[in-house]
Amino acid sequence: MKLHALLLSALALAATGASAAETPKTGGVLKFAVGAEPPNYDCHAQTSFAFIHPVRPHYNTLLKFDTAKYPAIRGDLAESWKVSNDGLTYNFKLRKGVKFHDGSAFSSEDIKATYDRLRNPQPGVRSVRQATYADIASIETPDALTVVFKLKKPNSGMLASFASPWDCVYSAAKLKQDPKFPERNIMGTGPFTFAGHVAGSHWTGRKFDGYFEKGKPYLNGYVAIFISGAPMVNALAAGEVLAEFRGHSPADRDRLLKTLGDKAAVQETPWVCSLVVTFNTRKKPFDDVRVRRALNLAVDRWGGAQALSKVALVRHVGGILRPGYELAASEKELVTYPGWSKDINKSREEARRLLKEAGVPNLSFTFTNRNIAMPYVPVGVFLIDQWRQIGVNVKHEQLETRLYLAAQQRDNPTYDAALDFNCDFMDEPNLQLQKYLSHDRSAINYAQQTDRVLDGLYDKQSGELDKKKRYALLREFEKRAFEQAYTVPTIWWHRIIVHHKPMKGWHITPSHYVGQDLADVWLDQ
Amino acid sequence: MLRFILHRTLLMVPTLLGVAVLVFFMLRLMPGDPVATMLLGDAGGANISKEIIEAERARLGLDQPLYVQFFKWFWGALQGDFGFSMWTGQPVSYEIAIRLELSLQVAVMATMLAVLLALPLGTLSAIFKDTWIDQVIRMFSIAGLAVPSFWLGMIIILLLLSVFSWIPPLTFTSFVEDPWENLSQLIWPALAVGYRYSAVSTRMMRSSILEVLQEDYIRTARAKGVRERLVVARHAMRNALLPVVTVIGLEFAFLIGGLVVTEQVFNLNGIGKLFVQAVARSDFTMIQALVLLVSVFFVLINFVIDMLYAFLDPRIRYH
Repeated sequence: MKLHALLLSALALAATGASAAETPKTGGVLKFAVGAEPPNYDCHAQTSFAFIHPVRPHYNTLLKFDTAKYPAIRGDLAESWKVSNDGLTYNFKLRKGVKFHDGSAFSSEDIKATYDRLRNPQPGVRSVRQATYADIASIETPDALTVVFKLKKPNSGMLASFASPWDCVYSAAKLKQDPKFPERNIMGTGPFTFAGHVAGSHWTGRKFDGYFEKGKPYLNGYVAIFISGAPMVNALAAGEVLAEFRGHSPADRDRLLKTLGDKAAVQETPWVCSLVVTFNTRKKPFDDVRVRRALNLAVDRWGGAQALSKVALVRHVGGILRPGYELAASEKELVTYPGWSKDINKSREEARRLLKEAGVPNLSFTFTNRNIAMPYVPVGVFLIDQWRQIGVNVKHEQLETRLYLAAQQRDNPTYDAALDFNCDFMDEPNLQLQKYLSHDRSAINYAQQTDRVLDGLYDKQSGELDKKKRYALLREFEKRAFEQAYTVPTIWWHRIIVHHKPMKGWHITPSHYVGQDLADVWLDQ
Repeated sequence: MLRFILHRTLLMVPTLLGVAVLVFFMLRLMPGDPVATMLLGDAGGANISKEIIEAERARLGLDQPLYVQFFKWFWGALQGDFGFSMWTGQPVSYEIAIRLELSLQVAVMATMLAVLLALPLGTLSAIFKDTWIDQVIRMFSIAGLAVPSFWLGMIIILLLLSVFSWIPPLTFTSFVEDPWENLSQLIWPALAVGYRYSAVSTRMMRSSILEVLQEDYIRTARAKGVRERLVVARHAMRNALLPVVTVIGLEFAFLIGGLVVTEQVFNLNGIGKLFVQAVARSDFTMIQALVLLVSVFFVLINFVIDMLYAFLDPRIRYH
C-alpha cells in the first residue's frame, strides 16, 4: 500500500516536473546505464538501443521526434520542410551556422552524402536501412542550405523516417576521403563530442561548445556505463548512475522506489514493442490454418494483460499497431478479430472444434522462446497455460539468443512455434507490418509463409497518403493477418523508467530509441 | 633438469594445437550465426534484407569453406594475429588486452588471500586436530566450500548498499593510476573469490599435513629430539605443499577466465565477462582466442607446477 502511494506520488511528480517551466541549470556530468554495448561506431549499420544511447548525443539527424509531444516531428538539422501534394517531393531548408566537431561547416552536401550512403552504400559499407529509402529517386542540393528529395512513388512513412535516430548525418568530406570513416570514428554535429570508449566498460561524451543551439547542451558531459541486470539496479539504487533509458520491470521499479523513496521519479508509457507468436508454416500441422487459428483463439489477451502486467513489462492489448497510436485498431475493432474476443470460453470452444476438425485434438508441440527473463519467459509460460486449457500439450524450450535465432533461420527452420518480438523505433505501419509480409519480402518473417494478399495490402497502405483510407487498409490487413494467423501479436510492452529526480529535461516516449540526444537534459544540483 | 624442462615444453605444443583445432571446428558445427545475432537480435526498426545478411557473412569470411577459414585463422594465430572480433571489428588481442589486467589482478589478489589464509590455517588445523581450533577452522573452510563465490559477492554488494548506500566503483582504474580507487573496486570480488579458494586450499593443506605427519621420516626426526616446531616447519610443510601447490596453481588458472558470474555481479570488465558475451554473440574469433588464452594459462601454470614439484621434491628431478 505504502509502495503504491510512493509510486503514485513519483508518477505525479514526474508529470509535474515535465510540465513545470523550470529554468535549466548548466553543468554536471550525467552518468547513466546502458544494458549492452555498441558493436561498432557506424549509425547506419546498427539496430540496437545499446548503440543509440551512448552514440546518438554525438550526432544530429535531419528531423527528430518531439519527445514531449510524440509522435510529433520537429527539425533537427532541418529548420523547415515542405512536402508536395503528390507526396513525391520533400524540400528541406537547413539550419545556418551548424558546425561539425572538427570545426568544418555543415551544408546540404552532408545530407546528400549521408542519405546516398544509407540508400546506396559503396561496396564494403554497411547500411541496414537501404529498404527504408528504396523509394528515393534522387537527392538534389540547389544551394548549401537546401536539400530536395524526390521519390519514385508516394510513401506515407517517409517523413517520419527522416526522423530516424539511426540516420546520423556524417561529413561529406570525411566520407569522400573514406566511406568507412564512421565505422571507427565519431564525428558529428551533435551536442556532445566523443571523449572516449573503454570497450566493455563505458563511453564518454563532452559538451560541444560549438553546438548550433545556443546555451545547449546543459550538461558538461556524460558517461554511459555498460551494466545490466541486478548490478544495474544496484547502481541506480546507490546513485552511481542516475538513469537507465531502456526500461525496468515492475519488480525493479518497486525495489528502486522502496530504496530511493522521494529521490526517484518514474515515467511510464505504452511501448512500441510487442511479443508475437510465430508458427512455422513449413511444418505440419502448422501449415493448416485451422490449427493456427485454434491456437490464436485460445489466448485470453485481456485477462493475460491484466495478470502479466503485475510481474512483467507487458500491459496493453493491441493488434499489429501499438494501442494508442492514431492508426491502431480501437478496442471496439479489436474485439471483432479472431483471438481478441472478450468471451474467452466461446473462443476456446471454437478452438477445440478447429483442432478436432484438423485431426489434432491432442496436439503437442515445442514452443521456442528466448531465455530472457523479462518479458519473454513469463509471457511464454502464460501462453503455454492458455494452450493447455484447450488440451494442447506444449514443451517450453528456452534458448539463448543465438540458438533461438538459429532455430528460426530462414532456409531450414527447425522450430514448431516461437515467441518472436517486434520492436521498432517509432509507430509506423511500414515498420510494424514487415513481420507479416511474405517470406521472400521480409527477412524478419519467421513464419515462412507466402501471402500475396497481405503483400498487396501492405503496398497499398504504404502508398496511401490519406490517413482515413490508410486506416481502413490497415484494418483490412489486420483482419487477413489474424484470420490466417501465421504470426499473431500477444501483449504489448509497457515502458517504465525510474530515474533520479535531479535528472531533468528528459521525456519518456513509446520508443527507447528516440529522444536520446541529451541536448535538453540537465542536472538540478 | 634441462631435459625435464625441454620435455615439458615440447608437450605444450600438441596440447595447444589440439585445443585450436577442436575449438575452431566445434564452434562452427554448433548452431548460431554471428550475423543473425548482430542484425536480428534487436532489430530496432530496420528492414534488413537477405542480401544484407549475406553481404555481412561474406565480409566476415563466413561464406568461405571451413578449411580455408581455419588455415587463414591458424596461420594468423601462429604469427600472433588472432584476427578481428566478429562483433566489434576490433583486433581480438586489443579486446583481450584491455581486460586482462583486471582479471589478472583479481586472480593474484584472490590467490594471495587464499595462500595467506590456507597455509597457516591448514597447518594449525592439522597440528591441533580434533581440538576446538581445528573445529573452528574446519567450520570456516567448509562454509567457504559451501557458499558460491557469486552468492557471497551478491551479499557483499547488498550489505554495502544497505549499510553504506554505496557500491564499489563501476569502472576500472589501474592500480598504478589510483591505488585507492583500484582497490575499492577489486578488493570485494577478490574477497568473494578468495574465500572459496582459501577454503579449498585449507582443506587440502590440512589433510596433506596430517598425511605427512604419519611418515617415517617425521617419526625419525621426532625420535632424534628435533623440536616439534622445526619438525612441522622444516620437514612436514615442505612435503605437504606438493598437492597444495597443484590446487593453488589450477585455481589461479581457472580464475583468469572462470570468474564469469562474479564479474557479472560486480560489473567487472574482465575476461570472464568477455567470454560470456562472446558466446552469446557467437563471436567465433573471440571465443577461439579466449579458449586458447585460457589453455595457454593452464598449460603454463601446469609447467610451473611441474617445476615447483621438481624444486620441492628432488626425486622428481632425478626421475
